Amino acid sequence: MKIIDVLQETYTALSANKVRSGLTVLGIVIGISSVIAMVSIGAGASNSISSNIQALGSNLIMVTPGAQRGQGFGVSLGRGGAKTLTLSDADAIRTLQNVNAVAEEVSGRYQVTAKGTNTNTTVDGVTSSYPEIRNVTIDQGSFISDSQNESSSKVAVIGPTVVTDLFGDTALPADAVGQIIRIKGMEFKVIGVTVSKGGSGFNNQDDMIYVPTKSAQRFLSGNQYLTSIDIEATNSNVMTQLQTDITDILLARHKISDSTQADFSVLNQNDIISSASSITNTLTYLLAAVAGISLIVGGIGIMNMMLTTVTERTREIGLRKAIGAKKSDISKQFLIEAIILTLVGGAGGIILGWLIAFLVNWSGLITTSVSWGSVILAFGVSAFIGVIFGYYPARRAAGLNPIDALRYE
Amino acid sequence: MIEIKNINKTYGSGETAFSALKGVSFTIRDGEFVAIMGPSGSGKSTLMHILGCLDTPTSGTYFLDGKDVSKFSDEELADIRKDKIGFVFQSFNLLPRTTVLRNVMLPLVYAGVEGDERERRAKEALTSAGLSETHYNHHSNEISGGQIQRVAIARALVNEPTLILADEPTGNLDTKTGEIVLETFEKLNKEKGRTIILITHELGVAEHARRVITIKDGVIVSDRSTSKTK
Ligand SMILES: Nc1ncnc2c1ncn2[C@@H]1O[C@H](COP(=O)(O)OP(=O)(O)OP(=O)(O)O)[C@@H](O)[C@H]1O
Ligand SMILES: [Mg+2]
Repeated sequence: MKIIDVLQETYTALSANKVRSGLTVLGIVIGISSVIAMVSIGAGASNSISSNIQALGSNLIMVTPGAQRGQGFGVSLGRGGAKTLTLSDADAIRTLQNVNAVAEEVSGRYQVTAKGTNTNTTVDGVTSSYPEIRNVTIDQGSFISDSQNESSSKVAVIGPTVVTDLFGDTALPADAVGQIIRIKGMEFKVIGVTVSKGGSGFNNQDDMIYVPTKSAQRFLSGNQYLTSIDIEATNSNVMTQLQTDITDILLARHKISDSTQADFSVLNQNDIISSASSITNTLTYLLAAVAGISLIVGGIGIMNMMLTTVTERTREIGLRKAIGAKKSDISKQFLIEAIILTLVGGAGGIILGWLIAFLVNWSGLITTSVSWGSVILAFGVSAFIGVIFGYYPARRAAGLNPIDALRYE
Repeated sequence: MIEIKNINKTYGSGETAFSALKGVSFTIRDGEFVAIMGPSGSGKSTLMHILGCLDTPTSGTYFLDGKDVSKFSDEELADIRKDKIGFVFQSFNLLPRTTVLRNVMLPLVYAGVEGDERERRAKEALTSAGLSETHYNHHSNEISGGQIQRVAIARALVNEPTLILADEPTGNLDTKTGEIVLETFEKLNKEKGRTIILITHELGVAEHARRVITIKDGVIVSDRSTSKTK
């Protein structure tokens, strides 16, 4: 039997059973596309978490009030949970070696209004060194200066999200500069707008208002405590040493001899990165497991379709053999059928998976990235299953004597 | 020429073993038109499957054109079926959802006949089986039972086999359509000299043949010539 005839025979057989062929292809499409989409979403989520952390700043050490409860918990312990850090603590840290810059922060959430519109957002009291430490860049106007801080000026620098929230969707950053906004009922003049950092969800760094630290203490929080001190080390090698130095100097200043009793915690950015990467690793494992399960389910679907197909077609196999087909003719036909189905299904699955990843990307939820590894793995596994389960049962059926095959029910 | 000697066929084994054929022997010369008769369950289909190289006997010998095919391998039997034998089955004759023309061309595909030649011969066979051209592109579920049988006959003779085996070809047909189908067989036998073995349990049908072999419970009970014998 010539290969062209096998192909023609395969084509007629497949088009004679459109529904069955369609369902088999659908099974493969779903199996493959779900793996590709899942893995791409997982990879996108990991990427977005690590870029969020990078956006915090580099060589960053953060001191927050409250008890030290081990690495993981340090982060979640709300800022300003306790009132233990003061401006003189920050000044003391400034005298240490390897300190590049120190920014005192007083942060809180307040109602903000402007010309009738209002929003509720984070207002951060910061000093002039904050942009350098935390990778904040000014788009329009200028950032808070030292003199504005010393004089407790009522000036504010706002994020791009705040601009649109307060001045309307079409407002340009330049329009906002010079406007008056009210924070907690008090008038502040907008002197600058920051560049969008594109953060999202729990950590939207565009939805922020910065005011001078001393203004925040005086007009907003109403006390002299800080909610955090951000320190930029001169380089990443001295981070651990600096962390120890900061701990020591603050323990001495707060007159605490037992370091487990500390009323503050010192968090190194590397600690944040390592705990976040352990989260993203877990996330990746989780998604890999989900993808693996969908691949298995898809595989069983393919297996099922292929086996049913062959079982249903055993009589057809018997008839073909009765009119002169050899065992090898039948095997060839079913092998090519299985290959065509898995190829068509595979191509469809890859396209659909890509499309899903693209749509998720386009919706702006997560920046997805399709990995070749997942495409190859998903395609390989379903092609393997498709061919094995399309071919071997058919080979077995082709080995039956024609009468047994014709009688098959 | 067909020469079978002491053919036995046993289905199953042990307690449930069932002997469908018990020592059947006969000779059929080339160009004969033979009817095999017998009540239901007497072993007619079983015998035909063995004669058609679809199945092998449990014991006994079967010489087809001088070769003992009872010991042939699966592959060798497939070759014999392809080159020498045409079948019309009791049921399930055509591939479902496939056109009449493709069904008839199928044996030629397996025999490796070229495309154009294939179509020409398929059409020729359909003509001699008495099926009009309007049905060539119909699917097997779009034609009547009698037409199905004629397509099956066309497919059985498209390979120009020396031996045509038909299992109850008129079983599901009314008398008139049955007559037309039987006349087709007679014509093939007379004009082209094909050996035809036809299975039936109706005497009227058997009378179209020139020789009638009757079996009952797996043994031959009579072997006679009919009025048609010249
Ligand atoms: N595969 C099988 N396994 C077991 N027994 C079988 C098998 N095929 C046939 N038989 C038995 O062999 C006997 C002969 O069957 P066969 O099909 O040859 O009958 P038949 O003469 O063609 O009958 P009918 O006129 O009804 O078609 C029957 O009793 C049947 O039960
Ligand atoms: Mg029968």
